[in-house]
Amino acid sequence: MSAVAEAPVAAKESEPLFSKKNRKLLSDPFNDSNPITVQVLGICSALAITVQVKQAVVMALSVTVVTAFSNLIMSMIRNFVPNRIRIIVQLVVVAALVILVDQTLKAFVYDVSKQLSVFVGLIITNCIVMGRIEAFALANRPWPSFIDGIGNGLGYGFILFIVAVFREFFGSGKFWGIQLIPQAVYDMGYVNNGLVILPPMALIVVGTIIWVQRSRNTKLIEN
Amino acid sequence: MALDVNSNSYTFGFSTLMVIIVAVLLAYASEGLKPMQNANVTREKMQNILSSVGVKATAEEAETMYKEMIVESYVLDHDGKVVEGSDVQAFDIDVLAQYKDKAKADADKRYPLFVCEKDGKLSYIIPMVGTGLWGPIWGYMAMASDGKTVEGASFDHKGETPGLGAEIKTDWFQAPFVGKTIFDDNGEFAPIKAVKGGAADDDPHGVDAISGGTITSNGLSAMIENTLKIYVGYLKDLQKPVEVPVVTDSLATDSLATDTLQVVTTQTATVK
Repeated sequence: MSAVAEAPVAAKESEPLFSKKNRKLLSDPFNDSNPITVQVLGICSALAITVQVKQAVVMALSVTVVTAFSNLIMSMIRNFVPNRIRIIVQLVVVAALVILVDQTLKAFVYDVSKQLSVFVGLIITNCIVMGRIEAFALANRPWPSFIDGIGNGLGYGFILFIVAVFREFFGSGKFWGIQLIPQAVYDMGYVNNGLVILPPMALIVVGTIIWVQRSRNTKLIEN
Repeated sequence: MALDVNSNSYTFGFSTLMVIIVAVLLAYASEGLKPMQNANVTREKMQNILSSVGVKATAEEAETMYKEMIVESYVLDHDGKVVEGSDVQAFDIDVLAQYKDKAKADADKRYPLFVCEKDGKLSYIIPMVGTGLWGPIWGYMAMASDGKTVEGASFDHKGETPGLGAEIKTDWFQAPFVGKTIFDDNGEFAPIKAVKGGAADDDPHGVDAISGGTITSNGLSAMIENTLKIYVGYLKDLQKPVEVPVVTDSLATDSLATDTLQVVTTQTATVK
């Protein structure tokens, strides 16, 4: 089966750690192949935990850790995994990593872990993780896979961050929990926009980002 | 390669090995991190108890402040009577687990009560637990030593909707509880309710409910009523005026003297 076959473009042993190709793996997910805006993966969590920037950042870091290490592990064992139970093995690896992340958050950043609640557990079902393992890690060497995981995690986090900044500012007038809109403005009759707090607004923001990106990036313009 | 990666026996072997490795790894991580997680939970409980009297303690200082301010704790039974020589500590009672445990008889249930001393004033902190929209909600309400005025309240939840039901956790929702009373003029139990559409300014038993969080608000009202009614007996005892002549014990005279002095000062203050 092709999925467990050797890497199609076998990297030479002497290839530097951050060759042009590897750098591209890291930078592509921020624009040309962004998991959220181009691949449209992991949308659910992007809607749910972008109410506050702090949550979004912790979530983005958690997802990055999981994508990076699940890619790394799957790539390392890709030639030993029986093809028939491939998906199950991926799930076990991802689930184990997510539980580790969840337990660590509970032990060290308890307040944030409480706010993220179920969404840390739901990283298991985040399409980005499985998507990158299937699409990349199973056909590439560990190091590029690892970089690809980091790139995609950060690309996801980048969008999360933009959406969260927008939503926290217009929804609560804050950034990272710090009040930005002064009380004087509220006294003049300004009110926080309750709609921005709700998930539909996140969808609208993501949609706007996709629109802007597609109209500017010529590679993404379809005929 | 002699090894057939897709044979049945290899598949079985691989999955067995994988499960064992993952299980060991996770068990080890879970056990290793447990002390820190438990410490977080304990600290959070202390923070919550303290925040009901308006004390915002950080996670680091929660433990010391708790020891300093919580001067006494009691265990009450279902009728609101103090259980003497209870085998559980008030702090260790898991009210949430007890609330969920449908099999437990009311007579066996135990309810904790914490007495907090802040700026020389005693308040009685009552833990409460109820049901929100998506899961349990809980909180602490501090009663003044007159047994009917609310000194403060703090609430928390497991998974209420952020921005809606989850707002019970915020200051704007909790602050109006201060100064409300849970007994009406006739001395009848009148719990505080979250009123849809906003409570009247002079309503002594109502606070604003959360728009879009009706079920959470209703659950909160029910929680307050159901919990406080257990403590009514105890709170009514607090309301009884202190019978001054009873104290003949010479040891208690000192404290009595200060008490009377305080009463006198408050009275003069009212006269002014």
